Amino acid sequence: MKTASKRFWLRQVTAAAAIATLGPLALAQEAPKSVRIGWAIAKTGHNAGGTAATVMPNYQLWVKEINAAGGIMLKAYGKRVPIEVVEYDDRSSTEEAVRATERLMTQDKVDFVLPPWSTGSNLAVGPTYEKHKYPLLAATAVTDKAPELAKRWKHAFFFLGTGAGYAESLVSYLESAKKEGKIGNKIAMINIADGFGVELANATRKAAKQHGFELVYDKSYPIGTQDMTPLLTEIKSKNADVFIAYSYPPDTMLITEQSRINALNPKVMFTGVGTQFPMFKAKFGAATEGIMAPGGVDFDAPAIKDYFMRHKASAGYEPDRFASTIQYTTLQVLQQAIERVGRIDRAAVTQEIRTGTFDTIIGPVKLDNQMLTKLWYVGQWQNGEFYGIAPSNRAGAKPAIIPKPAWKN
Amino acid sequence: MSRRDCLAWGAGALALAGLATVPRWMHNDYYLSLLISVLMYSVLASAWALFSGPTRYVSLATVAFFGVGAYTTAVFGESLPWAAVLLIALGVGVAMALVVGLATLRLSGVYFVIFSFGLAELTKQLVTWWEVNITKDLGRYVFVDITAQDIYWQLLVLLALVLGLRAWIARTRLGLALRVIGEDETVAVHVGINTTRVKVLLFTLSAAFMTVAGAIMAPRWTYLDPTIAFAPAISFQTLIMALLGGAGTLFGPLLGAVPLVLLFEFLSANFPNHFAILVGLVFMVIVYAVPQGISGWLRRRKHHGGGK
Amino acid sequence: MNLLDILLAGSTLGGLYGLIAMGLTLQYGVARIMNLSYGEFLIAPAFLAYLGVTAWGLPPLLLLLLVLPLGFVVQWLVYQLLLTPLVRRTGAGPALEVDSILATFGLMFVVQGVMMVAFGGNYHSYSYLSTPVQVLGSTVAANRLLVLGVAIALGLGLYLLLTRTRMGTVVRAVSVAPRFAPLVGIDVRFTAALAFGLGGSMVAASGVLVSMFLPFSAAMGTMFAMKALIVVIMGGVGNLMGCLLAGMMLGFAETLVATFIDPGLTLAVNYALFLGVLLLRPTGLFGKGAR
Repeated sequence: MKTASKRFWLRQVTAAAAIATLGPLALAQEAPKSVRIGWAIAKTGHNAGGTAATVMPNYQLWVKEINAAGGIMLKAYGKRVPIEVVEYDDRSSTEEAVRATERLMTQDKVDFVLPPWSTGSNLAVGPTYEKHKYPLLAATAVTDKAPELAKRWKHAFFFLGTGAGYAESLVSYLESAKKEGKIGNKIAMINIADGFGVELANATRKAAKQHGFELVYDKSYPIGTQDMTPLLTEIKSKNADVFIAYSYPPDTMLITEQSRINALNPKVMFTGVGTQFPMFKAKFGAATEGIMAPGGVDFDAPAIKDYFMRHKASAGYEPDRFASTIQYTTLQVLQQAIERVGRIDRAAVTQEIRTGTFDTIIGPVKLDNQMLTKLWYVGQWQNGEFYGIAPSNRAGAKPAIIPKPAWKN
Repeated sequence: MSRRDCLAWGAGALALAGLATVPRWMHNDYYLSLLISVLMYSVLASAWALFSGPTRYVSLATVAFFGVGAYTTAVFGESLPWAAVLLIALGVGVAMALVVGLATLRLSGVYFVIFSFGLAELTKQLVTWWEVNITKDLGRYVFVDITAQDIYWQLLVLLALVLGLRAWIARTRLGLALRVIGEDETVAVHVGINTTRVKVLLFTLSAAFMTVAGAIMAPRWTYLDPTIAFAPAISFQTLIMALLGGAGTLFGPLLGAVPLVLLFEFLSANFPNHFAILVGLVFMVIVYAVPQGISGWLRRRKHHGGGK
Repeated sequence: MNLLDILLAGSTLGGLYGLIAMGLTLQYGVARIMNLSYGEFLIAPAFLAYLGVTAWGLPPLLLLLLVLPLGFVVQWLVYQLLLTPLVRRTGAGPALEVDSILATFGLMFVVQGVMMVAFGGNYHSYSYLSTPVQVLGSTVAANRLLVLGVAIALGLGLYLLLTRTRMGTVVRAVSVAPRFAPLVGIDVRFTAALAFGLGGSMVAASGVLVSMFLPFSAAMGTMFAMKALIVVIMGGVGNLMGCLLAGMMLGFAETLVATFIDPGLTLAVNYALFLGVLLLRPTGLFGKGAR
């Protein structure tokens, strides 16, 4: 070979070697400055209460802890990258939620978006997430349509179950109590005239028929009712052993308070959202004993105890015992999915969420057809804590206290 | 038509054509979303001004009709062709407005305002009760296959219709009757104008536009329930925008809708925690500083600055 | 539900409604201000009571007495600073009503926004006097009974004030004929401000009372304002006794509908009654004029 071409090839080889060794170093230098996480949640309006109880403190806790540790570990760059938050208020309006989500995805171009509170809001933003191919980890949506939506929206994951799931679990649990002779077959049921209440009431009607229960009172009441006495007095006269109220925080408080005052003492009392909130425990103290509601936690598990402590330290109040743990679980799932993929690649992260198994505060989590089925459907206040009761064959399930101790006035 | 009129209509048509091309080159979802919002409120504010401008009746019933329109889509959207859905919405809106209008246009002033608000709430309660007890299906899923572009174009057409209608009415005897009613209703009656018929007609037309607007917007939200469909915020924002812009003129409501939608967006994006406070302050400034709206302010400027 | 139960439930609910509305009927009837921010000035004292009870350990009844002058001052200031310019601009005619709606609407947003920033959107609640009281075999909560008692007491007290004192007669004169009141030497603006402030202390009192048994949040003001409005219009604007009676009617209507027809229609009944009264007797069931 002539000297010129030898030098030429020498240069090529040296260059190639340089690139080979310096290449990964160059890639590491291209790590993003931050992982941009966005959310549009209800800071004002009628969804603000639920958001403040279940969503906001978890999002803030999650970001705080990750950034305290230096950030999310992106192994493709070999370093931790801190989270940068872009947040908006959707003012409890679905139109605003949709637009703010679009803003996050197309203007702010955040890496991942965390969803708002409530079934309605999650469903409203579903199409937007799907269109822009962002994973939607819905932790506060209860809808019977979840399986159908999961087929439509490949990027949507439902973590809080279906109305039918809750109703079936409750009624079949009651059936075994009935077989043991602890309760009769009469159920009095009321529900708030809102999506949640109506769906659960519908499912309960079906389940009641299948499991041999009779609905002796079955009425709905409008949002904003300020006095439950007329309904409660009627129910008292029906002498049903089971009283179910699919209610929201303000009416849950009202129903419990007025049941106590009117000495309505069913053997089983099941109220709705709000029962699991710290405000419920604060207001009713020892009188909470025996009250059941959707949700529950395995409070004996160290992971849960630790989570409660951290939440209280960060937000100033305890998490709720229904969706809070699920909400935090979704954040853990997202974080682990990102860390496993090693870089910001939404498609890969979504796939990982769909197929992977994750280590969370509620134990190992693997989604089944984009849905989480490992849920506590019924919980009960026992000794100042809201334990999971049903499904009774799940690890950590406590036996229910039936009958509920009578009100002490 | 005079030459000025021809030019005006021509300019309008050109503007319309120009706006219609926007979705073709704007591939940004967020901006399209914003434009849809601007169009929606422009339609609502213009429809509001159609009735409330000349008659000076302040109405908070906007969302009663809007919500009914949205529900029409939710109920019929998947089973009937889209044109039929819109027609049904139109029909329901007209029927509702006729009933309400005939019964209530005797009320005046504050009573009408309160009444219109009560109407929206009553409609919400009735729809809730119906859904809970009769159809047993409160949350409705709207899976109509309509893209954001389609919604944009439909709203644009609706806006053109409502503006065209207002412009046309102003040139007819009806328009003259309206001006007389607005100035002094007693005089109008004495001059032989059937004020009730005029008011009911306008109320019905206004409601028709609002209902169809609701029907068009519903597919954006996937999930609809009475709280979402009958959100009072829609009535209030329409009112603010029409008042800001000036309900008496043709483009007044647009002068109100466009800046306010953009302002709300700006405030939402930059001051998420203080939105309510800022909106309230803006509103109060409007009430104190520009009571006749921007168009009224512009008109006065023209008179003062015109060397008179 | 037997008759006594219905009577108790209906009257305690009605007393609550009447109490909430009395302040508004004064503000609207005398000062001619349709105060849409009324509900926020009911929620604000509720938050104050909540703070007082949970953070400072004060008894709610003490707070009740404290908010009476506080509510007066706040609303009096609102009138002087915010509403007087409108009064001057419109000459206290019918345009004032519409303008005042718009201005107080803006104020409502501002106050609600401040409460949101201060307290968040969460529900707040504490328990006071939520013990059952037996009345002739029927049970009722002590705090609701207290509300009924205060409503009647305040109603009677104000009624006596308005009919038996000179200032009261002045207020009634302004309410009935604001344009002619100056002819007999009445300072209309002073009186209107006075009435507005008085309405403020009433709404503050009702806020503290409501906080004893209803969980409330910063966003709930509008609901209360609407309830108050319904009662005010039904009872006849400016008519205090009419207000109490209309509140009672509404309370009973809701209780009866919830018991015998369908609890789901209670709010629909509210609005249907309201619209019915507006259509058939716009001046209210018991007529106009502060009596």
